[in-house]
Amino acid sequence: MSQFLMPSLGADMESAVLMEWHVKEGDTVKKGQVIAEVETSKGVIEIEVFEDGVVEKLLVEPETECKVGTPLAMIALDDESSIQPQTAIPQEETKEEKAVIVQKAPEPTAQQRINISPAARKKAQELGVDLTLLSSKIEGTIQLGDVEEAAKSELKTTSDATLNNEGMRKAIAAAMSLSNATIPHYYLSTTINMTPSLKWLEALNAKRSIEKRILPAALLIRASVKALQEVPELNGFYKDDSHQISEEISPGIAIALRRGGLITPALLNAQELNLDETMQRLGDLITRTRAGKLRGSEMTRQSITITNLGDLGVESVFGVIYPPQVALIGFGRITDAPWAEGDALSVRKILQATLAGDHRATDGRTGALFLDKLNQFLQKPEELL
Amino acid sequence: MTKDEIKHMIIKQILDIAPDIAEDEIKPNENIQRSLEIDSFDFLKILTAMNQKTGIEVPEADYAQVDTLEKMTGYFFERL
Repeated sequence: MSQFLMPSLGADMESAVLMEWHVKEGDTVKKGQVIAEVETSKGVIEIEVFEDGVVEKLLVEPETECKVGTPLAMIALDDESSIQPQTAIPQEETKEEKAVIVQKAPEPTAQQRINISPAARKKAQELGVDLTLLSSKIEGTIQLGDVEEAAKSELKTTSDATLNNEGMRKAIAAAMSLSNATIPHYYLSTTINMTPSLKWLEALNAKRSIEKRILPAALLIRASVKALQEVPELNGFYKDDSHQISEEISPGIAIALRRGGLITPALLNAQELNLDETMQRLGDLITRTRAGKLRGSEMTRQSITITNLGDLGVESVFGVIYPPQVALIGFGRITDAPWAEGDALSVRKILQATLAGDHRATDGRTGALFLDKLNQFLQKPEELL
Repeated sequence: MTKDEIKHMIIKQILDIAPDIAEDEIKPNENIQRSLEIDSFDFLKILTAMNQKTGIEVPEADYAQVDTLEKMTGYFFERL
């Protein structure tokens, strides 16, 4: 028998509201199956079960706010021998993260359970009604009518803020404050000649239908993953005063939401994906992020972060590492610039690639090695297919 | 299809992909990506959707010819 716990969907999460069960007691579940939806400050996340088994008992009713680590369900495992390794990891992670948060992060004040009907909660999200504010004005359970009324009146938050915006801002604030307070960052930057990569990509895309085109963003992710395979020290975590290298390369991809805020869901096991698969999975990840349909594993397994601000015209990015990760790769805009090669001067497409590293885990030399490998891969893009 | 119909078709694809954009924010002669914060991924989705509707594929080399609403409308109109 195993307890299914409320997972920590990021170092900044203290609790979440269980919204809906996708299974009932007696159902057979498979490892990786989505069994529930929870609502966090980052939106609704689908959470998965970690092992094969049968749902013995659901311990928590929908609409309940649960702290990270709260048992949500009891699951009878198919293979009892798998209990040890599979449950030990998430439990350890949640404890560790909770401990850090308790110490460092400001106490969230707006996280108290709000009494509201499910339909009203949905409506509030659609209409962008601030429930914290509303609950302070309404006694008892908030009903659908209250939300609609509030949306009409002045209670509605500013036009481009959503229900989650404030919560997300707080979550980002907590994580980034923790990062700057605890991680001694070092920063490195290098200029990469992107002409070979872009020419190669152009020729490749010219032969393809529009659905199969590869964006430079996917090529940059693929090159980063290949370079991380050669410099694995940057892919991992710094926990309990020790540096742990992750075998799985699951880069968190920074995706800005147009209404404000930022989510960095993981491109899971990117080391197993070729270039086409990387593009396909990136597209799927962006679409689901915007639609608020991410999986729990995508919110927890990031082993490094990749941020690309090129679309906004920024030339270089010096990022803040997302704890407990130990590095962040930044890409700026690709621009035309004079480029000297030998004694010839020409115009090339250039890109600033940066690395923010945790100096407790690695030294500048490791970061420099990574940027060098990255550059080498981008000069020989055919190796990235 | 008239030029106006194409223009509305493009506007519809933009609004489908970026639902938070108001229709009057889409200015005919402004760069679609920069003025509306449409990233390269969403831009590709707009062109893919237009391809499904019209059968016309915009090669990457022609991206400069479709970077505003007006230019994109003209591009598809000429090729239909």
